[in-house]
Amino acid sequence: MSTLPSLILRTAVRWISPLLLLFSLFLLLRGHHEPGGGFSGGLVAATGFALLTFGFSLETARRVLRVAPTTLVAVGIAVALASGAGAFLLRSPFLTGIWFKLPLTSTMVIELGTPLLFDVGVYLTVIGATLTMLFSFAEE
Amino acid sequence: MDLLLTLPILIPLTWSLVLYPVRRRRALSHAIAITGATLLLGATALLLVFLVSGKGIEVVTIGSWPPPYGIVLVADLLSAAMLLVCALVSWAAVVYSTDWIDPGREQAGYYSLVFALLLGVNGAFLTGDLFNLYVWFEVMLMASFVLLVLGVERGQVEGGIKYVSLNLLASTFFLSATGILYGIAGTLNFADLSRVLESVDPHILNVVAALFGIAFGIKAGVFPLFFWLPASYHTPPVPVSALFAGLLTKVGVYALIRVFTLLFVHDPGWTHRILLACAALTMLTGVLGALAQHDVRRILSFHIISQIGYMIFGLALLTPLGLASSVFYLIHHIVVKTNLFFIGGLLERRFGTGLLDRVGGLFRTQAWLGVLFLIPAFSLAGIPPLSGFVAKLLVIRAGLAAHAYLATTIAVVVGLLTLLSMLKIWNEAFWKAPPVPAVVNERPGPYSVQVLLPIFVLASVTVFLGLAGEPILAVAQRAAEQLLDRHGYQAAVFSIVAESVGTGG
Repeated sequence: MSTLPSLILRTAVRWISPLLLLFSLFLLLRGHHEPGGGFSGGLVAATGFALLTFGFSLETARRVLRVAPTTLVAVGIAVALASGAGAFLLRSPFLTGIWFKLPLTSTMVIELGTPLLFDVGVYLTVIGATLTMLFSFAEE
Repeated sequence: MDLLLTLPILIPLTWSLVLYPVRRRRALSHAIAITGATLLLGATALLLVFLVSGKGIEVVTIGSWPPPYGIVLVADLLSAAMLLVCALVSWAAVVYSTDWIDPGREQAGYYSLVFALLLGVNGAFLTGDLFNLYVWFEVMLMASFVLLVLGVERGQVEGGIKYVSLNLLASTFFLSATGILYGIAGTLNFADLSRVLESVDPHILNVVAALFGIAFGIKAGVFPLFFWLPASYHTPPVPVSALFAGLLTKVGVYALIRVFTLLFVHDPGWTHRILLACAALTMLTGVLGALAQHDVRRILSFHIISQIGYMIFGLALLTPLGLASSVFYLIHHIVVKTNLFFIGGLLERRFGTGLLDRVGGLFRTQAWLGVLFLIPAFSLAGIPPLSGFVAKLLVIRAGLAAHAYLATTIAVVVGLLTLLSMLKIWNEAFWKAPPVPAVVNERPGPYSVQVLLPIFVLASVTVFLGLAGEPILAVAQRAAEQLLDRHGYQAAVFSIVAESVGTGG
């Protein structure tokens, strides 16, 4: 980035980036039964960091992310792998979903399962992979 | 069983992840990588033994989703044999790499990438779903592309660019053909497809078959779409070349065998006759290309192409003997070709170049290396009692039995020309006088165990396949029978549905 980014962009990014990150979490969590999921959530989250890169600088985006994007990829794949390997404990084929019912109140029950964990893995991997590409382009 | 069948995918994935954080610690990453490769070898050997002693086909429904909706992993004897041989050569390549690969590449994640490549290769061998096969091909392509250009300067990526652009073109063909096939059949599960396609208009299928033929033909290096291969295989470090030479094109051949025995057998007079012509031309152009080359690894690269021709030849005949010869040829070729690249690497290390006019006289100082070279070289050319003789004999017998006289003649002639070109390397590198300005040996002294052990192991496998190959031949024949028995494949996959419905799962 040779020239200073515009003031309008910077001011907007200050508000939009956190909202995008929040929205990405919303997408991730609603994804199992409705449109959304780890992949689209990950892309939206990566967009938040991309805007930071363009509105401020590469260093800012890296600092906010805290970890190297390639590490995110590795952690994401590991999480996905672990979510699938759990099925072997129940003598089921790889990636078979295991579900728990979590009663919050007498009427509300949350269903949690390994597919959500898998989606978290996808989410992290997509953020990591997208940002690895973006950051190396931004370096040039 | 579920676990054993999934292990060839899980081990490379896990090791790829584990090796990433330890990439800067040399000794540790070597130990972990070799352990992983050994485990993979053990798991695939166990799988093959299990299949041979059992009913021959095993199916796993990933995520417990029944076929044709979910993705299944299917291991038949061809898959299991390919997994085992690939695990063997990748074990050899990993051991060889621990001595060869420079710290710079290792710190960039070399071993992670090798296991990522194996993940793609093993996935492609195991999957029972066409779109899933596409995904594994992409995994393989990405990992191999990074391995190809890792640590290379910007100006030196020409071979890599050719490699990746041609392979992306192949992927495009693959994806379009898959889309069309899905439009026709409404399913992409192999077993379901082969059932549905029996009642589809053969004219439309011919078009789709041609598209798949082009896609896998590029990946396998079949005439006329082979030129990316010799342009790229001599550029990366030797163990990478050796691994590519052993594995990558063979996955293309595997895919060709799979789709042209299971899916597109509606009109063999058209599809398989074209394959036969391509096979003959592949054999011929590959060997003629090799004769014109003067660099060890380039010669060997062209020979990959000519040998691919033999494998496609067996497939094109579509007889039990023909397919058995293809399977045996695949097994033999993967071992021999990887080994030749390893030995070519020792040559390059000794003289600092692989150009034949700048090497020579190796037989005076290292006669044992010459003998070691002759084992895979003669095997490649088909001299008894080595594995190549059995493989070529099978191909020729299958060709004669199917009355494909012209192609069989070409196969025989190409065998002779292969011998000629192996003798060229032998004469230039080992026999003739040493080059006049004595070349400075970059890394003098005796070779380490890590580079010699893989060569010895692969050479003894070659000798074993030639002298006592009956069990392997029996496996190849049983694999061929399985390939021709499409209803057996369908029944094996769909019996899983019956089982899971029966148990209410």
